[in-house]
Amino acid sequence: MTRGPRIGDPAPRPDGPDKVTGRFPYSSDLRAPGMLWGAAVRSPHASARIVGIDPAPALALEGVAAVLTADDVPGRPTYGLAVADQPAFARDLVRHHGEAVAVVAAATPDLARRAARAVAVDYAPLDPLTDPAAAVTAAPLHPNGNVFRHLIVRRGDVAAAAADPDLVTVEDTYEVGRQDPAFLGLESGLAVPAADGGVDLAVSTQFLHADRDQVAASLGLAPERVRLTLAGVGGAFGGREDLTLHLHLCLLALRTGRPVGMAYDRSESFVGHVTRHPARMWYRHRATRDGTLVSVEARVLLDGGAYQSTSAAVLANACCFAAGPYRVPHALVEGWAVRTNHPPAGALRGFGIPQVCFAHESQMDALAAALGVDPVDLRRRNALAPGDALLTGQRITGTAPAVACLDAAVAHPLPAPPDDDPLRRPGGTGLATGPGDVRRGVGVAMAFKNLMYSEGLQDLSTASVRLAVDGGELVATVHCAAAEVGQGFVTLAQQIVRTELGVDRVVLRAADTSIGEAGSSSASRQSWMSGGAVAAACAGVRDEVLARVAAGRGGRGEAFALRDGEVVSRDGGLRLPLAEVVGADPVEAVRVFTHADTAPLDADGQGDAHVAFVFTAHRAVVDVDPALGSVQVVQIATGQDIGRALNPLAVTGQLEGGIAQGLGLALLEDVVTREGRVATRTFQDYLVPTALDVGDVVATLIEEPEPGAPYGAKGVGEAPTLSSIPAVVAAVRAATGRRLRRVPVRPAHVALGEDGVAPFVVPGGPAAPPGVVTGPEGPLAKPALTDPPGVAELPGGEGGA
Amino acid sequence: MSRPRGLAEAIDVLRADPAAVPLGGGTDLLVALRAGERSVRHVVALRRVEELAGVTTGPDAVDLGAGLTWAGMEAQVGATLPALAAAARAVGSPQARNAGTLGGNLGSAAITGSTLPVLLALDAGVEVAGPAGTRTVPAGDLVRGPGDVALHAGEIVTRVRIPRARGPQQFLKVGQRGSVITAVAQVALVLDLGARRVRCGVGAATPVAFRPRAAERAAEAAIDWDAVTADPDLPRRFGALVAADRPPLDDLRASAAYRRHAVAVLAERALARALAA
Repeated sequence: MTRGPRIGDPAPRPDGPDKVTGRFPYSSDLRAPGMLWGAAVRSPHASARIVGIDPAPALALEGVAAVLTADDVPGRPTYGLAVADQPAFARDLVRHHGEAVAVVAAATPDLARRAARAVAVDYAPLDPLTDPAAAVTAAPLHPNGNVFRHLIVRRGDVAAAAADPDLVTVEDTYEVGRQDPAFLGLESGLAVPAADGGVDLAVSTQFLHADRDQVAASLGLAPERVRLTLAGVGGAFGGREDLTLHLHLCLLALRTGRPVGMAYDRSESFVGHVTRHPARMWYRHRATRDGTLVSVEARVLLDGGAYQSTSAAVLANACCFAAGPYRVPHALVEGWAVRTNHPPAGALRGFGIPQVCFAHESQMDALAAALGVDPVDLRRRNALAPGDALLTGQRITGTAPAVACLDAAVAHPLPAPPDDDPLRRPGGTGLATGPGDVRRGVGVAMAFKNLMYSEGLQDLSTASVRLAVDGGELVATVHCAAAEVGQGFVTLAQQIVRTELGVDRVVLRAADTSIGEAGSSSASRQSWMSGGAVAAACAGVRDEVLARVAAGRGGRGEAFALRDGEVVSRDGGLRLPLAEVVGADPVEAVRVFTHADTAPLDADGQGDAHVAFVFTAHRAVVDVDPALGSVQVVQIATGQDIGRALNPLAVTGQLEGGIAQGLGLALLEDVVTREGRVATRTFQDYLVPTALDVGDVVATLIEEPEPGAPYGAKGVGEAPTLSSIPAVVAAVRAATGRRLRRVPVRPAHVALGEDGVAPFVVPGGPAAPPGVVTGPEGPLAKPALTDPPGVAELPGGEGGA
Repeated sequence: MSRPRGLAEAIDVLRADPAAVPLGGGTDLLVALRAGERSVRHVVALRRVEELAGVTTGPDAVDLGAGLTWAGMEAQVGATLPALAAAARAVGSPQARNAGTLGGNLGSAAITGSTLPVLLALDAGVEVAGPAGTRTVPAGDLVRGPGDVALHAGEIVTRVRIPRARGPQQFLKVGQRGSVITAVAQVALVLDLGARRVRCGVGAATPVAFRPRAAERAAEAAIDWDAVTADPDLPRRFGALVAADRPPLDDLRASAAYRRHAVAVLAERALARALAA
């Protein structure tokens, strides 16, 4: 057996070659004998009353097995990650374009789609609520009201601090569009009815146990009768945290008694899963003449769409990290996440921070310009360091290499000036940009983000490791429900076992719900949490092995150690092959891993709500054709806080992928809605960066081991997406002099100078006067707003609005 | 699905079934089918039709088969028709360029189609064949509106004939991304030194690609054809005239204001580059 990669070694993905050559089985490849295909009936309206649903025309088609509606949900009629406010099927009222009204099962996918179109739904369209600023005072769209969360973070005394007449003030309004996860592997899965009356569901997801619990509640089954297995995932990014087709598949399988498969197409996917929250933000920064931040005021309005999903936690992130990785003695942040008739928004890489990061970094650049100082120096001067307090009052007890990240990002040599290759110019293959039409710009930004869940939420992972001898060879089998969504847990789990037990052959069982939960593959948490669980289970196996040796010799366990596949005594006098100790009696350990407790935020948004923080900085170099507004990203340089790189290959992948997704939001990616309806239907108009658009990524890893983290490592799944966004926009501003207060930046914003950003309207309050320097007056944090019910179980159906 | 091997057979099949739809590379039709925007009972795949193949370069004209793919245009007409080769290179992905055809692009008459503006500037004639025989339609008369081509029942585009002109050719396209991107505006320009004419085709900015005749006339009058030079301000004035020719589209991809602006910039650059060539 060759020696496999250990912790710190570059470990190639076990599924990499299969994915590249098209052999990897994704969830869309699942088949079963006698299976049917499902398709959802979706509302073409953003808001409508359902007058009637007639399944007869669909059922009349030969080969159609079932048409199910809200009447066919045996258990809880609604679901949701935090609050069960989302109906399995709209019953009386449709609250967003694409909301499922019914689902059909038929012999073929084509027939299922035709049958779905044949279901006759009689809608009475209503005027949709599409303005998030109006949602607070508008008639409630749902029994739970229109405000998912209203949050205030208050630190110091902003009003008193503002009294100093010598301060420099910058103030502006920013907007972020609707970014889609745009994973290549569309929603798909296969449900098989089981002999015990339960159901087995194979599906691409990020959180098997949360899916299981929600599905079981709506099926009216005990959770153990609903068994989920992770199917091949083609990307996730947060968009697979919520249920999509899971419940529909299980309902159809149980009703028809046959396996049922389902697969969305791209248009359905755009309306069928959560997107990033579109945001409107107003900011006011004050600093002393020497460039020391004194206060930050911010208002953050997130459009949560029709149902709550993770809106409350996303808003907390946006507010807690609203000022970025800087020391801010006085702050007042007020945030709202509200319900509208747009499709629901939820988790997406960065979880509330990309939005505020775009705003706070734009503000830092504006402040540097107002002060006449270098924007990098301004950031360095105010950057957080270990021991500093956040806006929430929490002190950083772990590492905080903000300045190291910034210095590393700007230390990379700048790329060569534009060359003669026309394909590398803005506009690429269109050849519209000549060599004399190009202006180069450079922008720098930084960010930080929490790792793992916050605000006292339960956060744990479970893993088992079993050591056995198979054909004379030691085999370690790992079982954990952590969803592999591309982040590399499959590689990491093997590296951990090899490192801890010295066993090279490591088998990873399929992630499923037959073991305890692992939490979601989100919040940059799986390397820490499930990595920690696997390491703990390895320690359990090691203890058992050593205890066995000690027992056999009548001695004590700690006299021995495990080293490179051998049990050795401390004095080196005894060496026993591990395989001999294990013999015919496998050793197994199951461990649950948790992190230090976190606390809820109090009424002023104060509290030790977070576990740890990851820092990052980006420098973007872009070439711009100012006349046409075309932008070509030339290079992104980054300094990335990583704690310790457990698998440098996977870290590189996360940096490049995360940066691509960040610059996608900066320049391209936007789901456009018109009167609440989603107008973006395909990748012809939802533009993700191609290889030509991403430019070169050059990275420096900052390795300062994080105390308390397994192997000292920090999750790096989200950080690369954060400050890459404002860095790219800052570079475009530097090249053109445009304001650019909205992302994605469109060519028209650059070419014509109009970014379309309207003055911030305070939700439920007076309209803000126009202009940059005056901004909205009136007290921040009016107490008039009431918080929504914390946990709202909808009584007997989701009722009416 | 029918797979005729000859033109006569293809026309017979299309005549026999008025609902039959001709298929070139499928890069428009299949997308529409999968999106549920079209439903087709009978597809007539034209890839095997011999009469639609090949490129013939004569002393007076270049003759292109309608079955020529984008990749074929890129590879085979770069020297004779550089504007068409550049337009082909700017289309879609390599996979799409290996499949999509000249005839298919003309036949589907999408607003964003890349061949028509170039063929307008090249003064091309489009040969169509059908039950009543073969006829030639000037490129400018082929498309009446989005998806609406001036073909009779059973007719298909068979060849495109482009008179050879001495002088520079330009093609410029702008979209929101550098590749694999639907055009927001595209401009083709030919400086015909022999005939002393400026011909310009503008695509993706209006429902149908057009020639900005007034701008062409103004440029022709302002160019010193013996020296092939002009007042340095001419390209800017030309761009403004092209953009003013007719109102642009306003849609999800770009506002009318941006399209008007982009057309002016592209046309200005096209003429400036042609005069500098």
